[in-house]
Amino acid sequence: MAKAVSVRGLTKAFGPRTVLDGIDLEVEPGEFVALLGRSGCGKSTLLRILAGLDREVQGRAEVPGTVSIAFQQPRLLPWRKVWKNIALGLHRPDGRAVALKALEEVRLTDHADAWPLTLSGGEAQRVSLARALVREPDVLLLDEPFGALDALTRLAMHHLVEDLWIRHKPAVLLVTHDVDEALLLADRILVLDEGRIVATHHVDLPRPRRRASVVEQRTRVLADLGVDVEEAA
Amino acid sequence: MTLSIAGVAARPKSVPPKQARKLKLPLRWISPIALVLLWQLASSTGVLSPDKLASPVTIAESAGELIADGQLGDAFAVSITRVFFGFLLGGLVGVVLGLASGLSRWGETLLDPPVQMLRTLPHLGLIPLFILWFGIGEEPKLALVASGVAFPLYLNLHAGIRQTDPGLVEAAKVLGYSRFERIVHVVLPSAVPQTLVGLRIAFGTAWLSLIVAEQINADAGLGFLINNAREFLRTDVVVVGLVVYALLGLTTDALVRLLERRVLRWQKR
Repeated sequence: MAKAVSVRGLTKAFGPRTVLDGIDLEVEPGEFVALLGRSGCGKSTLLRILAGLDREVQGRAEVPGTVSIAFQQPRLLPWRKVWKNIALGLHRPDGRAVALKALEEVRLTDHADAWPLTLSGGEAQRVSLARALVREPDVLLLDEPFGALDALTRLAMHHLVEDLWIRHKPAVLLVTHDVDEALLLADRILVLDEGRIVATHHVDLPRPRRRASVVEQRTRVLADLGVDVEEAA
Repeated sequence: MTLSIAGVAARPKSVPPKQARKLKLPLRWISPIALVLLWQLASSTGVLSPDKLASPVTIAESAGELIADGQLGDAFAVSITRVFFGFLLGGLVGVVLGLASGLSRWGETLLDPPVQMLRTLPHLGLIPLFILWFGIGEEPKLALVASGVAFPLYLNLHAGIRQTDPGLVEAAKVLGYSRFERIVHVVLPSAVPQTLVGLRIAFGTAWLSLIVAEQINADAGLGFLINNAREFLRTDVVVVGLVVYALLGLTTDALVRLLERRVLRWQKR
């Protein structure tokens, strides 16, 4: 079966600064992969390249299927109603019906005719997710989509994303710097540092995962990030 | 809990109670009315001669006469036609150039430098050239209004387009918008608020340009009414003309505000 994402020897430099340094990465269809790293490690750059937003690279980055994306900021068009934000670009005559169905999945049907600026941060992010998923992508790119949300909303969003992923089964590439988030959601965690993948962790825990169940693996992932977790703390 | 209590407590401070607001509006009229009364008093007692400035009552009477015999209506129609066509012409030029230089890199490279250079010229100072080029008929007046309108519209439309959030354009690209859809749904709507600012400035300069243009040489219109009145020392008619100019400016400003409220409904208020 073809890979959902296939990257080989991918290198990207901004001037003298090498941001990605020979990345090799393959993602299976339907696989949930988390890219974990500190800010500036190149994870967002990798996502932008996979989204086709940056083509000036060395090496190969192939995404054969359709791609969709949700960013840290929802990036909704404030001058288009919520449903229109989802339907635009789909080029379907039944756009509104499709949009309403997508809104139902993120439990926002009531807000279909609202202006995006009237939504809360969590609601806007759910619209952004619905907008990404309604395109039935083979690959869903998530660029720290929970980063700007409060802790409680973030927890609810984790469950929502997992639900949606199980239902639609796109391959997911989630960029995050939150170890717990990666452990709760991903099949595989790639730790990025200075433009290289420095560690890979397979997470074989049963779903839905609870915080307690990931604690043991957490310490090992944090060690790869250079964070020493003392038992006393 | 604490939050909601604080929220309730803060309210009366930020929003004035209804009674205070009701009182406030009439109170603000005290000094303008007093000034008009003082003016009337000065005229009635002969302190202010009608050759310098007519009394409010005389001005009101003259306005009534000018309306009744159709003079004001005719002048009004002529002036508003000049502004309308001048605005149409300048608006067309400003919008077409603004779109061209906002939406295309070549457009910007070729159009923006000369426009930026020309806009530093005070456009009212172009009158001598316009008279030489177009004579003293309607054309120089339209040209003056048009040149006053084109620049603010161009500048604000261009700036509005350039200020489009690149994040939104990126998202639209990944989500499969065509180039046309990106322009119609992302770029142009995001330029609308700035363009409306330009529109308001354009209306302001349009009226100013008209007033100046009608001083040059006019055989009809509000400027003609005013100039004619000056020769007969009719300060009452001069003031009537000025008031009409002011009302026209206020009207177009209110219209743009109305348009703003309608078009920018999506903004958080």
